[in-house]
Amino acid sequence: MNVERKSGEIVRYEFSTRLNHWIVAISFILLALSGLALFHPALFWLTTLFGGGPWTRILHPFLGLVMVLAFAFLAVKLWRYNVLEPRDRQWLRQIDDVLDNREENLPDVGRYNAGQKLLFYAIVLCLLGLFASGIVMWRAYFAFPVEVIRFASLLHAVCALVLICAIVVHIYAAIWVKGSMRAMTRGTVSPGWAWKHHRAWFREVEGIERK
Amino acid sequence: MALQSLDIIRRSATTLPEPQARGAHTGQVAKLIDVTKCIGCKACQVACMEWNDLRDEIGTCTGHYDNPHDLSDQSWTLMRFAEYENPKGDLEWLIRKDGCMHCADPGCLKACPSPGAIVQYANGIVDFHEENCIGCGYCITGCPFNIPRISKKDHKAYKCTLCSDRVAVGLEPACVKTCPTGAIVFGTKEDMQQHAAERIEDLKSRGFEQAGLYDPEGVGGTHVMYVLHHADQPQLYSGLPEKPKISAMVGLWKGVGKPLGLFAILATAAVGFLHYLRVGRNETDERDEEAARRELEKTP
Amino acid sequence: MTNHWVDIKNADVILIMGGNAAEAHPCGFKWVTEAKAHNKAKLIVVDPRFNRSASVADVYAPIRAGTDIVFLGGLISYLLTHDKIQHEYVLNYTDMSFLVKDEFAFDGGLYSGYDAQKRSYDKSSWDYVFGDDGYVKTDPTLQDPRCVYNLLKSHYSRYTIDMVERVCGTPKDKVQQIFEMIASTSTKDRVMTIMYALGWTQHSIGAQNVRIGAMVQLLLGNIGVAGGGMNALRGHSNIQGLTDIGLMSDLLPGYLTLPRQDEQDYHAYLAKRTQKPLRPNQMAYWQNYPKFHVSLMKSWWGEAATADNNWCFDYLPKLDKPYDMLQAYELMNEGKINGYLCQGFNPLASAPNKGKLISAFSKLKFMVSMDPLETETIAFWQNHGALNDVDPSKIQTEVFRLPTTSFAEENGAVVNSSRWLQWHWKGADAPGEARSDIEIMAELFHRMKALYEKDGGAWWDPIRDLAWKYANPHLPTPEELAMEYNGKALADLADPKDPTKLVRKAGEQVAGFAELRDDGSTACGCWIYAGAWGPTGNQMARRDNSDPTGIGNTIGWAWAWPANRRVMYNRASCDPAGKPFDPKRKLIAWNGKAWSGADVPDFNAASNPEDGMGPFIMNPEGVGRFFARGGMAEGPFPEHYEPFDTPLAENPLSPGQPLTLNNPAARVFKSDLAQIGKPDEFPHVATTYRLTEHFHFWTKHGELNSITQPEQFVEIGASLADEIGIANGSRVRVSSKRGHIEAVAMVTKRLRPLTIEGKTVHQVGVPIHWGFLGAAKPGYLANTLTNAIGDGNSQTPESKCILVKVEKA
Repeated sequence: MNVERKSGEIVRYEFSTRLNHWIVAISFILLALSGLALFHPALFWLTTLFGGGPWTRILHPFLGLVMVLAFAFLAVKLWRYNVLEPRDRQWLRQIDDVLDNREENLPDVGRYNAGQKLLFYAIVLCLLGLFASGIVMWRAYFAFPVEVIRFASLLHAVCALVLICAIVVHIYAAIWVKGSMRAMTRGTVSPGWAWKHHRAWFREVEGIERK
Repeated sequence: MALQSLDIIRRSATTLPEPQARGAHTGQVAKLIDVTKCIGCKACQVACMEWNDLRDEIGTCTGHYDNPHDLSDQSWTLMRFAEYENPKGDLEWLIRKDGCMHCADPGCLKACPSPGAIVQYANGIVDFHEENCIGCGYCITGCPFNIPRISKKDHKAYKCTLCSDRVAVGLEPACVKTCPTGAIVFGTKEDMQQHAAERIEDLKSRGFEQAGLYDPEGVGGTHVMYVLHHADQPQLYSGLPEKPKISAMVGLWKGVGKPLGLFAILATAAVGFLHYLRVGRNETDERDEEAARRELEKTP
Repeated sequence: MTNHWVDIKNADVILIMGGNAAEAHPCGFKWVTEAKAHNKAKLIVVDPRFNRSASVADVYAPIRAGTDIVFLGGLISYLLTHDKIQHEYVLNYTDMSFLVKDEFAFDGGLYSGYDAQKRSYDKSSWDYVFGDDGYVKTDPTLQDPRCVYNLLKSHYSRYTIDMVERVCGTPKDKVQQIFEMIASTSTKDRVMTIMYALGWTQHSIGAQNVRIGAMVQLLLGNIGVAGGGMNALRGHSNIQGLTDIGLMSDLLPGYLTLPRQDEQDYHAYLAKRTQKPLRPNQMAYWQNYPKFHVSLMKSWWGEAATADNNWCFDYLPKLDKPYDMLQAYELMNEGKINGYLCQGFNPLASAPNKGKLISAFSKLKFMVSMDPLETETIAFWQNHGALNDVDPSKIQTEVFRLPTTSFAEENGAVVNSSRWLQWHWKGADAPGEARSDIEIMAELFHRMKALYEKDGGAWWDPIRDLAWKYANPHLPTPEELAMEYNGKALADLADPKDPTKLVRKAGEQVAGFAELRDDGSTACGCWIYAGAWGPTGNQMARRDNSDPTGIGNTIGWAWAWPANRRVMYNRASCDPAGKPFDPKRKLIAWNGKAWSGADVPDFNAASNPEDGMGPFIMNPEGVGRFFARGGMAEGPFPEHYEPFDTPLAENPLSPGQPLTLNNPAARVFKSDLAQIGKPDEFPHVATTYRLTEHFHFWTKHGELNSITQPEQFVEIGASLADEIGIANGSRVRVSSKRGHIEAVAMVTKRLRPLTIEGKTVHQVGVPIHWGFLGAAKPGYLANTLTNAIGDGNSQTPESKCILVKVEKA
């Protein structure tokens, strides 16, 4: 990544990546709201946000396409940073330290920690499942045997729930680890943030040899 | 379509029970289709089209008597013709009037995400209220009998209403009224079961040892029942399901899945919140910046 | 029908043969269902096709089209050899004991008296032996070799079960099973009904098909009995009315007959029809012929008909031959008929051999169609591609369409198969310029009369004198016409037994045909309808469905001819002493003073059983006939002849006789004989029929019917389809000697190959209903394939069995 310094800040996400992320994020929110509206009767009122039940039914799959496509770009771009490494295992073993904010005990973390990587794969898998099952369920354009549709409906719900939970974790993590939000809004992090949370990446982008 | 004078006992996508004060104390209704009396004249199809103002396309012949070829938003009932050579070597022409079975435990209603798009009346009729239908087709996914159809024109789901509008004012369904041989009869479910028992006795006396009533338990029984010559082989009748029940996948999806799913989401959020309360935010302070600066200064 | 629709519920066995009641009469079929459900009746269906009736039958047996006489002849033989006949009935109520002339003979498939040149018989030897007293000689012991019983037995001895299997292709075990079931009704407490339709009549031996069915019923004692009878299922709602009212070319209303060319003498004409009893104490009801005839003439020509002019006998046409539809089209084709007023009929679709019809119609100067719909007939000159490939520029026929009201747009009576005249009320006004048939015919009459008055003409007296006493001469009402056919007293009628008593005042409607006179004091347009609109008003409009005995007669519902009688020959339901054979199905009985019961007695209600009057009062013998005397063109006993389009080279019942391969007395025109198919060119046997979803060629104009059965198809057995490589749903070409059609192939197990004389014969089903006009998908007229050869008695064409070739289109 081309790293530029702006008054001492480190660029974590370029504009195009940020835009890409937010397209995914917004479409996810809309999908989650519309999907949940049709998932549980208690949430059916959410369809009002989309102009009523039929509009919710019409829009949801198209939003899904937007999210899948946008995420595909993002995934391609970020795939190589999410390859699992041996040190990720150690990080996961010390998940207690992670949760208790004892980062000093953890091994150095690259651009993404093991949690983020797992989240990444979870999203990839869920979206693959949602995309495939969503196509099967999309009666306006496709016709599949009813048994396949039934399986797809169940799969769609399971994937959606896993994804929503994963994203809840993702959002919370962004709130929890202060400075993360700015990385995805303004695109930069402070050197201290990078040093603290992603030290290996910090050293990499700053060209610092490991001692 | 709707007729509000019928009492609704169940409503799709609704979390609370419906008003329950009034009930069908004189018995729930049922339509009995005696397949062994049916001559496949299609008068029921025509009566259905006339009463409900439906007109399917003038189609083609594909080498079968089944016309139209399938149920549609314009064909809520349909004769299905099957040729069967019995073990004695004699041919049987099994003609079944297909259409909504009005299950006591309707898969369509269970699957429907739109409140009040599918209702069940106290008399047992399962009805679609198209004004609430969002066109998702989950009813088709939920139906063990492959009955509802989504209109290509308005993307609403349609199926036999058991003439809920006629029944509400004390008339029999249009198909029953028109059936020339009395193969379709209508009354309380109990009366229909009794009538079926007489018919089955007659059929057994004619050598149909396996004659019986098709009122499948898997869906809690149905308000449209068949008298079959071969009740042990319902699939002979153009694929009438042998042991229909709401698919386990639909059951998971629309059963435990719903509360569990919401719980999982809320639980995840709650765990996050608890974590926040206990551990708080993970902030970068001046010491971290200092450390970073120090490392940077070491760099040539 | 001798009985009626509701009465079918009383049957123990129902034989549907030569018809497909479930398919073509689904509403009437409810009574079959009822008999099965509540009378434990067994349903037998014998048909070339496993059809909708067969789908609910207890036994189905296939049969080759056109071989019904072999099947039923086999049955007669079975009943006689196994002695499964109702003895008391047969001995007392049939001609079994009657002796037949020695000159009468049957040999090699021909009866005595055949003239091969004329293709007809001299029937003089086909008669009984008469004693010096003028009555038929009988042998109640049935020992005399010349009695009908022995002749019958010997005639049908050739019709063995093996023969049935050989000729009909019906598997022997099925034949045996069906014969046993039918034989079970020879007892007094079991009854079979026979339901038939055009599957029996549309043959070159059609009338004999019906007759042999009736003979079976006589043997079993099933005529005149509740749940029995010979029940013709009429193909149009009012086709019964058509024959009743005399629309056949040789009939007058009420089955009176037109004089033939050699019957110019009025008294000879009457004498021939006024049949005297052939046995002592018989009613011989046709003795009343003059009363009915004179009343008819008074109805038609009013004051102009007097005793002095033989009641206008000269006004009646004298036929040199029957001018039925087959004859009319033949004459058109020969250029001898050149104008055609076609009323409520679509012959291009309904009549056989479309190619011949196109040729015949193209030679007309004009054609008028009176119909609610645009028929193929009036559009015959239009080119519709392959479906009607004509060149309009070569057709000079001028065509006119006069749109008429349909039955639902007018009041009137429809006579159903049960002989019920049911009044109906107009449901809606007719659209556009449509006028009722009555109005159009009235207008035509007035214009013709005015033209004659203005220009004169050769002997227009019948038109000049026609009685036309309607309130609005331009618009006679159905009510006026109904009152006219019922008849009325023209003078005060005194009781013949007591002249001081007045039976009917002048101007009053008569209550029944018993009041009719032959002295010109009564008028009646159709004697069998007398009573339909009697002194108490319109009986046809009655709607009382009460049925106190439960036998189903509902004699307060509408009105049945004759005399509101529901089961004809009902006297035969009782033994000679007047007690019902089966008390459970009592129709009438002798109570010591009179006959009475749940039905109107078809008998002299005061005739004591001891007097020995027979139940078949229309026959001068008073009994039912196995031996038809001269009544049939082909012979007194029905004999099997192959259809003209036959897959066989010789008649298995009269082998080695080329003359008797086909009916030697059939109605054949030379031009049609040239169009007979041969099996080497056309190896498959086809039959035509109707489908439930449609009504003839009307409902293809209707959207709902067209939705339920949209496109023309032919039914082909799976084995034939395999043989010639036809896939279900693909298109096939079916051709006969007369032409070809193309349609979707419906490959089915319901048509199975038959083994006939050791050879495999495939049958093909050709539903009618499609044409080049209408809402349904355009199709070929099925009658392109059929031939115009007809029955020698009824002139009905042989549409039900033709040779075709099926191939991929």
